[in-house]
Amino acid sequence: MQEITTTHKPLIVAFCCNWCSYAGADLAGSSRLSYPAEVKIIRVPCSCRVNPIFVLKAFQRGADGVILCGCHPGDCHYSTGNYHTRRRMALMFSMLNYFGIEKERTRIEWVSAAEGAKFSQVMNDFAKTINELGENRRLEDLRCKK
Amino acid sequence: MQKIEELMYKRASEMLESGEVDRVIAWKKGETCYDVSPATFTKDNLEGFVYDAFCGANLSKYLVEESKKGGKILVFLKPCDTYSFNQLLSEHRIKRENVYVIGIECQGKIDANKLQKKGIDGILSVEEKGDKLTVKTLYGDKEIAFEEALSVKCETCKSKEFAVSDETIVLNEMRDNREKRFEAVERLEKMTEEERYAFWQAELSKCIRCNACRNVCPACTCTHCVFDNDKSGIAGKANADSFEEKLFHIIRSYHVAGRCTDCGECSRVCPQNIPLHLINRKYIKDMNEFYGEYQAGAAVTALNPIVDFTKEDVEAATVVGGKK
Ligand code: SF4
Ligand code: SF4
Ligand code: SF4
Ligand code: FES
Repeated sequence: MQEITTTHKPLIVAFCCNWCSYAGADLAGSSRLSYPAEVKIIRVPCSCRVNPIFVLKAFQRGADGVILCGCHPGDCHYSTGNYHTRRRMALMFSMLNYFGIEKERTRIEWVSAAEGAKFSQVMNDFAKTINELGENRRLEDLRCKK
Repeated sequence: MQKIEELMYKRASEMLESGEVDRVIAWKKGETCYDVSPATFTKDNLEGFVYDAFCGANLSKYLVEESKKGGKILVFLKPCDTYSFNQLLSEHRIKRENVYVIGIECQGKIDANKLQKKGIDGILSVEEKGDKLTVKTLYGDKEIAFEEALSVKCETCKSKEFAVSDETIVLNEMRDNREKRFEAVERLEKMTEEERYAFWQAELSKCIRCNACRNVCPACTCTHCVFDNDKSGIAGKANADSFEEKLFHIIRSYHVAGRCTDCGECSRVCPQNIPLHLINRKYIKDMNEFYGEYQAGAAVTALNPIVDFTKEDVEAATVVGGKK
């Protein structure tokens, strides 16, 4: 009988704000610092552009982990965007955990445009965590899984 | 309660008679004693007016539509309902000048399902006597502790103060159970992630997406709700996947986070007995812990914590963990 082996390739969605974190990712690239290929970056104008439903939809479409990156508190290009992000997501992530979703699957990090090294380190660390956790089973939509 | 009902009836007919108000929103008898529903009464028709232990429905939401029709309305609100009323005022959903509020005594409402689950069937009427409840049934009288028949929302009643009222009808001191408010949420928090997942999976998979929880909620007064929008991807329909079950509830509860007064109506009307209040109450508990005590509807001018911030707010990683 043929042996069935499946290897799960994790998918990580990273929402990065245009002004700090996306630039941080750029810097990581131009400094030749690597970050894992499973991290897919979605550029948003500001971290507060991320409607909580984006996080849910990312999970629905097969993400195993979702990370939000924005400017450090106080440095948001739009002054207060990330303060709103912080509240919204603290409540949202807490609720996801209340529903039993592993708390390690969601994360927020503040990464400035000058922190290419931090970007790379954060992504490597997050990918490692998600790899250890394995496939997202608790917030998956079977219809979206191939 | 009999006495309170008489006083309420008296005030309602007086005010209608004198023309102080044009309509009265109160409760109306149904076919059985536990089949009470909200109703609008007018001068020549006060038939079926009732106030007893089955009048659980929160009447504040009906004012949104009623107060648009013009004329002055008298509404009876229990202590918990006054918070919803205030919250609606702060969202500019009701014209305050069109409404006369009478706050009424409430000793907790009972749930007929709970009586039936205890094997008490063929209910004809109930009578409260202190801590006891005498139930007249087709098969004779039964007596049980009042506490055991309390509806879920009253088990943890948050307050017996009227957040707003023009006059009150209160004869006896009212019981409240506010110290028990967060017990169930805490119990869930103490479980492991796996146990919580199993708990909610079992509960939410019962949901038939009837939308009753949204329709009854005084915080859900949007004229165009996301769940009625076919393009939203989450429009009202039977849940096709366990993901959709969670999605609906996460969205609904998040929409009302910070505006939910913890009135408990959602759990009261759910035909599947899903403890929906435990979802909303988690947001309330979190907000209290992270950003300071806040009770929606306690004051008309208060700012909902979810649209507010301070520079010193806690990080998501600190409160949820996030990092391993
Ligand atoms: S009232 Fe209950 S069954 Fe109906 S949609 Fe809400 S949770 Fe689902
Ligand atoms: S969510 Fe439930 S408890 Fe909160 S206001 Fe709406 S009906 Fe009341
Ligand atoms: S579920 Fe959301 S969109 Fe629908 S009525 Fe409630 S708050 Fe409004
Ligand atoms: S622009 Fe970076 S968080 Fe607002």
